Order: sequence, then structure tokens, then C-alpha cells
Amino acid sequence: MKKVYTAEIPKTERIQKLIDDLYSGTPTIESTRAEIITESFKETEGMSIYLRKSRAFRAMAEKLPVVIRDDELIVGCNSFARRGCQTFPEFSNNWLEKEFDTIATRSADAFYISKETAEKLTEVHKYWQGKTTSERATSYMAPETLNAIEHNIFTVGNYFYNGIGHVSVDYAKVLKIGYKGIWEKAKAERDKCNIYDGDYAKRYYFLSSVMESCEAAIIFAKRYSVAARKMADECTNAKRRQELLTIAENCDKVPANGAESFHEACQSFWFVQLLIQTESSGHSISPGRFDQYMYPYYIKDIESGKITREQAQELVDCLWVKLNSLNKVRDALSAEGFAGYSMFQNLIVGGQDVNGIDATNDLSYMCISASMHVNLPQPSLSMRVWNGTPHELMVKAAELTKTGIGLPAYYNDEIIIPALISRGLSLQDARDYCIIGCVEPQKGGKTDGWHDAAFFNMLRPMELVFANGLDRGVQVGLKTGTIAELDTYDKFFDAYKKQMDYAIKLMVNADNAVDAAHMELCPLPFVSAMVDDCIAKGKSAQEGGAVYNFTGPQGFGIANVADGLYALNELVYKTKTVTLQQYADAIKNNFGMPYSDAYAKNLTVEVVKEIGAKGFDVTKEQIAEIFTQIRENKIEESKKREYQALYEKIKELPKFGNDIDEVDFLGREVAYTYTKPVEKYTNPRGGRYHAGLYPVSANVPLGLQTGATPDARLAGTPIADGVSPVAGSDVNGPTASANSVAKLDHGIASNGTLFNMKFHPTALKGASGIEGFIALIRAFFDQKGMHMQFNVVSRETLRDAQLHPENYKNLVVRVAGYSALFTTLSRSLQDDIINRTEQGGF
Amino acid sequence: MSDYMNVSGRIFDVQKFSVHDGPGIRTIVFLKGCALRCRWCCNPESQEFEIQTMLQNGKEKIVGRDVTVSEVLDIVKQDMPYYRRSGGGMTLSGGEMLCQSDFAYALLRGAKESAINTAVETTGFAPYEKIEKLLPYIDTVLMDIKHIDSAKHKAFTTQSNERILENAVKIAENAKKLIIRVPVIPTFNDTEVEIAAIARFASTLKGVDEINLLPYHNYGRDKYTGLGREYLMGDTPRPTDEHMQKLKATAESFKLVCKIGG
Repeated sequence: MKKVYTAEIPKTERIQKLIDDLYSGTPTIESTRAEIITESFKETEGMSIYLRKSRAFRAMAEKLPVVIRDDELIVGCNSFARRGCQTFPEFSNNWLEKEFDTIATRSADAFYISKETAEKLTEVHKYWQGKTTSERATSYMAPETLNAIEHNIFTVGNYFYNGIGHVSVDYAKVLKIGYKGIWEKAKAERDKCNIYDGDYAKRYYFLSSVMESCEAAIIFAKRYSVAARKMADECTNAKRRQELLTIAENCDKVPANGAESFHEACQSFWFVQLLIQTESSGHSISPGRFDQYMYPYYIKDIESGKITREQAQELVDCLWVKLNSLNKVRDALSAEGFAGYSMFQNLIVGGQDVNGIDATNDLSYMCISASMHVNLPQPSLSMRVWNGTPHELMVKAAELTKTGIGLPAYYNDEIIIPALISRGLSLQDARDYCIIGCVEPQKGGKTDGWHDAAFFNMLRPMELVFANGLDRGVQVGLKTGTIAELDTYDKFFDAYKKQMDYAIKLMVNADNAVDAAHMELCPLPFVSAMVDDCIAKGKSAQEGGAVYNFTGPQGFGIANVADGLYALNELVYKTKTVTLQQYADAIKNNFGMPYSDAYAKNLTVEVVKEIGAKGFDVTKEQIAEIFTQIRENKIEESKKREYQALYEKIKELPKFGNDIDEVDFLGREVAYTYTKPVEKYTNPRGGRYHAGLYPVSANVPLGLQTGATPDARLAGTPIADGVSPVAGSDVNGPTASANSVAKLDHGIASNGTLFNMKFHPTALKGASGIEGFIALIRAFFDQKGMHMQFNVVSRETLRDAQLHPENYKNLVVRVAGYSALFTTLSRSLQDDIINRTEQGGF
Repeated sequence: MSDYMNVSGRIFDVQKFSVHDGPGIRTIVFLKGCALRCRWCCNPESQEFEIQTMLQNGKEKIVGRDVTVSEVLDIVKQDMPYYRRSGGGMTLSGGEMLCQSDFAYALLRGAKESAINTAVETTGFAPYEKIEKLLPYIDTVLMDIKHIDSAKHKAFTTQSNERILENAVKIAENAKKLIIRVPVIPTFNDTEVEIAAIARFASTLKGVDEINLLPYHNYGRDKYTGLGREYLMGDTPRPTDEHMQKLKATAESFKLVCKIGG
């Protein structure tokens, strides 16, 4: 049996210094990259797009600043500023220019930008007018698609504005043969090209661009070697001098060549990670199975006595800090959808190897320790769980969960592997899956997954059913019948399915338009160098060079739709308590409730626009008046009471998330209205669509664009996240909630599902708390649940829970000899628990 | 369906995902009605068999409902996957489940026929024949011994302890597993001498090797107000951690495994 070391290794002083240094500055936008690529593109006008891309990448490698910070053992930055970011004008840039004045103060992910940088960017943006992927994509979209996007039925904003990213490259290959080795492979393939071949122009120049990209990576690292040596020469501290010399040697050797030591492997890994995020702005560049591909280097050094486990841990910790140094600026709306300066670099430990044997090793534990040491959001640490996962690893992971940073996320091999096989992966590739970004499974190094392809708000088609396809007076959806015509539940549900089918078609049109734009304007030779089978096929990943090609758009709002359909069936069709028209009126009038400020603001803008369109001027005072009237939702008192009474009736009905079969299996049907149509479609890279069921954090901003819904969700309020129940409606504890979610078909949602659960730290207290927590995960996974993540909440949240108990109905706390739902406890007990937490918690 | 599945009884709560009362993840079924009136009782709404109205956070709440064994087991069985993974199961609590011993019997038997691990929390205050009938269907008995001195026991719980101590001896002889639990209540039994007396008694029971000390808390206080009753414990402070550690050491001196809390 394999011997695994699980003992905790303490964090070193160096790590805290690196963290303190990293967070000493404000996130700042820099213009260097944008200037370099623009200059290069001006010089390469008329050349092959592949060469233009690799030439620009090479220029970045030659000209981007070389920055080695104090105490670093692993080096490589793409910005001067700590947590700074470069921009990528080739994808889109209008939004940035519009936000120059507001970006430093906006609510989500603010960035500092100097006047000088703003001026430089304004200058380079001129070149890109009419040349960006977003403009090309728009030109490929059908009018009805653009209409649907305009009306917020779905958004493909992520890849519309940015690079694709969402990939786990073949890190193992770079570690093993270096970029010289990959260069050789590309060269050998290029040598096979005949000038008379039909695909010569594409193939020859693509492979040339791969070679040039490999050269660029080597050049970049060598500049670090030179800089480190120079710093060593000037360094008076003998210890640091030696460290700098080691850095110099490492950067001289890797990533050009294969790594031999663990330290070299770590450095090589970092250059790969950094440079992918320099070539393109795509996020979710996921290290994947780090504990697997790094292990050979680790164990070799440990066995030969070259390093100690303590030294290895420090190197891993250094990488963890580095992963938090990268940053990205997004447009204001996307920033809300991906809030928190998130880079989604998903790194996963544990699981099985390609032969189905448990793959846990020392590094699996050390990765979890590293996340405890740095206590930072990156990497997005994940853990694969299968029937053979060692209990000790579960305990270690649970200890991390207990710290409250929401890591790791847990994934179930027992459903993900068969789900991937059903999409055409080989058994061995499926067993070797990793997670990309939030929750998306793929076989790293062989896949262009296009995960995160769209946010699809499943509540908007429901709104279209009530309006016979109209939205704000425009025909956006199909004509599925007037209210009077929808006189049976089956007709209503059928209308919903038709609206879904139609909106999904439009979404596919939008995604494929964006896909084609990237294919034509932004093939990425560097990333393609590390994704099989791009070199052998002589095609970039953006053109279908990968072995596996997918498009994975994600839907969300299942719980709301399920609860809503259940309520409609009960109150309109079964008991005939109200008519569908009355129900529709209540929804239209927000159930007689006041609107939130944010939603009222949006409505006000619409009204003012309409008045303006009729040629009238509106004064500031009038706008304020309109706003107040809208917010207070002034309607006839008797109507208001009628709507509110309906609201109360809906609230009393069974809800998804309480282990009630009637609603839960309706949830399963509702999920199918998204997952089944999606899987029918194909993408331009020769791959197919498959659905995800997760919202990142878009359920909040997209909820703001959605009116009141039949589940008694008020206008503008958040939509249920992922496959989770509506917040506050699952009131029977974590097991009931998990049972409900397990009744959905996770296997068909092979682009990932997301289940959020919230706990108070005291619920995980002691051995019995940890064991109960682990058993909860195991039992959810026994029932073929796919993913689970946990918020272990703070006392601030508990205080908020006292003020707004309706939002925290499922918050579990440990009381005395038992655990209980926080909001069901008496005020005095709640206070006591809050005080206890203040005294130092667990 | 067997007849016992139709037996009906009165409960006031079912609590899922309990990980601190007995092994694994458990579902606790709280039966209504108790023969004792312990002053510190944190579930005063459990004491009367009658269905009551209690004010909770300003709202009226009906406490107590009549259900059949079949209905309860349907709820309990929903968490089977969790019991399987954690070694958990169903726990009958109260109130005092022995006050509805026919219902308790049917519940335990039904659980066992579905291969569910069972536990009971009990005062042991009932004719032994009633207890004896249940024992074949109970995996773990969690039994309170609150005081060795009968007069003091009666003063704080309204019942003397002779029958309880006698039953403890008999249960120990016949139960699969018996764990003794002691609520540690200041002004009542929180001295080392009193805890030692209980631990000494526990150590003489056949097969008993574990004792749990449950420190007093006042979380039930608001419920007394909600029921229009006076909270007799007043501002009694809870035992300190140091004191609990001292009592733990005392109990351990009788060669018992001692846990603070469940």
C-alpha cells in the first residue's frame, strides 16, 4: 500500500510576508500589453492570423516588465502593480473606455486607472475599431438573437467581451519535455507539410505560430534568469543571494527544458499559468490535477533527500500566493456576475487515476494545507470524492471547510465519470477529469470545453408565457397562447417548454456567432501548443484542434420555476382558487408589494425613455416623482390586498428543497426543459452542446432584470443559485435539502451543477460535527449528486440573519447538545450563539 | 401493513440531521408528555401531554400533533442514505417516551424492521415491564441519572429516584448498550461529591462504561415565558469549562469514559 504523509506542516514567515506585500496595493489597470499587441498588429497587417498572434505574443515576452518581488521563490509577473492587470483590446474595448471615470468607484471589482494609462488605452483602442471579436460576433448574430439579448433572455457576454480561457492545459507535458520539446513536435509536424497540400497555408503557419509561441515562453523566462542573476550580484544578504541564484538557474532551465527538481517544476508550472493569462484574457485557466502531475518531481526530491517536506510545502504555498497575484478587469455587469476579482483557477486534488485506483498522495494533503496557510480565494480548490476516497482526506478537507473560506468544493466521481463517458470521452480520460472554473468537468490537456458559454435565465421564458411572447411591447418569444387559451396545466407547461426551446435556439445562435469570431480573429497558438491534438491536427483549439470540443451554456432558476409551476397548478388548475388572469395580474403588480430601489430605478429609466421617445422633456423633479411612485407601487387598496393574499397562499405551498417528491420531481422535469434541448446542438468546432446548471454569481444581477414570478419571488430579487433551493425556502435542514437536489438528473448536466449549502462553524464542531459533515457529503453523493460547496458563516451573517430571518431559513447552528436551524431559535439563544462566536468560536 | 404501523401517538417535533445525540446522523422524534418536572428542563413544552399553544418570537405556535407510526417512519426513512454513511438512525426523545410506551414500542419495532439503528433518551421513570418490552428494539439507551439523593431528586424533579435507580440496574442487565447521562445543574448536583456519587453508581452497572456530563444552559428560558410559566432557575450561571473539566476527571476516576456534552 502506498504510504501517504498527512501530518500538518506549519506556515513559514516568508508566506505571510508575500501575502502582506501582495495586498499592500490597489488593483490597477496597466496599458503595456495593449500597447505591445497594437504595435505588433500594426506591423503585421496582411500576414497569416496565426503568425500575427504569435508575433505579438513574442513581443509581449520580450517587452513586458520583469518584476521579482522580495522573498519570492517562484517568479513571474505580468504587471508592475501588485494584483494589477493588463487589458486585451483585441476582444473588446468600448466598455472599458466608457468606464474610465467610474471603474475606480464601481460597486463590484473596482480598479484604479491613471489618467496617463487611460490616455494610452484610448489611443490604442482606435486601431481596434471594427477589428474585435465582439464586433465580428455581433455581425454573425440573427436579428431575433440580438433582440433576445437586448431583452435579457440570456447573455453570452463572457466570451463576447473576453477571451475564452476555461481550459486546463497539459501541464505535465511542459514539465516533462519543456517548450523545446513541444517546439520539436510542432517542427516535426510542420516538416510533414507539403507546399501543394490543400490545407498548407493554414497548417504550416499555425504550426509555425506554435513554434514561435514556445520560443516566446523561453525568452520570457530567460529574462527572469538574467534579472535574478543581476539582483543576486547586487544582493548583500547571503541567504537571499543564494535564493536569487537558484531562481536564475531555474529560469534558465525551465520552461525551456523538462524540469528535474520540484522547485523547477513549480517554476515551470507558474510560467505556463502566467503566460496563458498573458496571451488571452480568458479566465478559469485551471491548473487541474496539480497533485498528480507535480507528484513525480516531489517524490523524487523527497526520496533523494534533495528537499524536505517543509521546503516542498513552502514552495506550494508560494505558488498559492502567486495564483492570487493575477487579476482581470471586466465590464461592470460581468464584474457583478463574477464578483470578487475572481480568476477561477480551479485546482483539484484526490480522485482516481486513469486506471481507477485512488490517486491521493502527499501533495493532495499539502494543497489543502496551502489553502489553510494562505487563506485566500485562489486557487479555487476542489476535491474529487469517490467511493474509495480515504477518510483522512475527507477529514482534512472538512477542516479547511470549517475555516469558512468556502473551500474546497466537493465533486462526485461516481456521477461525473459516467456523465463524461456519455459525452464521448474514453473511460480513461473520463477518470482523469479535472474541474474548470466554477464546476465544469473536463479532461485536462485534451479539451476545448467552452464552459460558461452563456447565462440562461430560466425565469424569463416563464415571463414570456404570461405575455404571449411579448416583452416591453416587443415580440421576443414565440406566440404560445393568450392567458385565456392556457386553460389546462398541460397547456401552460407546454407553452413554457416552447418558449424555452425557442430561447435556447437563439442562445445557440449567439454562442456559435461568438465561437466563429474567435476562430477567425483570435486563434491562440500558445494555449493550442498545450492542448492535444492541436499540433497533430495542425489546427488551433479555437478551430476544433482539441480532442474533445464542447459548448457548455449554463441555466439557472430551476427551483423558482418548479415552485412556480407547482403553485400555478395547485391554485389555478387544481383548486381553482384564482384564475390564471388574476395570477398574471398579481405578478404584473409585484403581488402588491413595493419594489426594491434598484428595480424601481430600472423601471424609471424605461418610463423616462418612453416619454423621451414621444418628444417630451422630463425634469429631474419629475424623474424623482416617477421613481417614488414606481417604488411604492401605488395601486388600488382592494387589488393590493387581493394580490398580497395570493402571495401568502403561494408562500404556504410546498417548495423545492424540503424532500417533498411532488415538487422535487417537478424540479427534475423543469431542469429537463433546459438540459434536453441544449444537448441537441453542435458548435463550429465540430463538438456538441451540453448543459450546466449553475449561475456563478449572476443569479443576483440577472434577478434584478426579472419581474415577479409565479413562485412569489418579487421583482428584481435574486434567483435561486444553481441547483440549490430558493434561498430561505428549504426549511427542513441539510439532509432534506440535499435529498431534493439529488432528485434532479445531474448526469445529463455534464457541464456541471452547483449546490450551495450554508453552515455555521459550530455545526462542524468537534469530531462528531466533522463526521456528520462528511457523511452528509457521502450520502448526497451516494444519491448521484454532483457537487457541493459550503458557506460556513460568520457572526456578521448571524446578526444579519436576526434582522432578515426570511433570508436565512436554512442556516444550521450547533446549539448545546444538538444542532438546529438558527432562525427557529429564540432571540436570547440567538444572542448567546452570536456572543459565543465572538469569544473565539471553534 | 401490520397493525403496529397504525398506532398513533403525540409528538411535538422531529429534528433531522442531529449529529450530537447518539452515533452518526440521527433523526430525533420528540414525544410529548413527561412524569417529571425538572426545574431546568429546556423543553418545557414537552412536559404536558395536552396539545398547547406557545408564543414563539411573538407568534402563536401549536405544540403537539397526533401522528401514526407509519407517518413518523416515512419521515425518518427519508434520511436512510445518511444513516447508512454515518451509522446513525432514529432517536426517541421527549418529554419521556415511556409515557407513550405503546407508541414508542411500535415506533422502535417499525424502525428495526427497516434496519434502522435506534436510540432512546429516557428518565427511566416507568414500571420496568414497560421498559423491558422495548429493550429488544433499542440499540442504545441514553438514560439520565440526575441525583443519588432521593429527597433532593424529588425537590428538583417532583419525583423521587428509587424506581429510576432500580430500573437502571435492570436496564443495564438487559440492554444492548446503556450510556448514563447527567445534566450538570448548579445548585442541584454540580459538586464533585454529587457527581462522584452518580459516577460510582454508574460504574457498578453491568456493562456501563460511558457517562456523559451535560452542562446546564438556559436556552429554554423564553419558552417558559411563551407558555406563561415562571422560569424557576432564574439567573443561575452555567458551569464554567474549568469546572466541567474537574467533574470529568472525577467521573473518570471511576474508570468510566466521560464526555462533556452528548
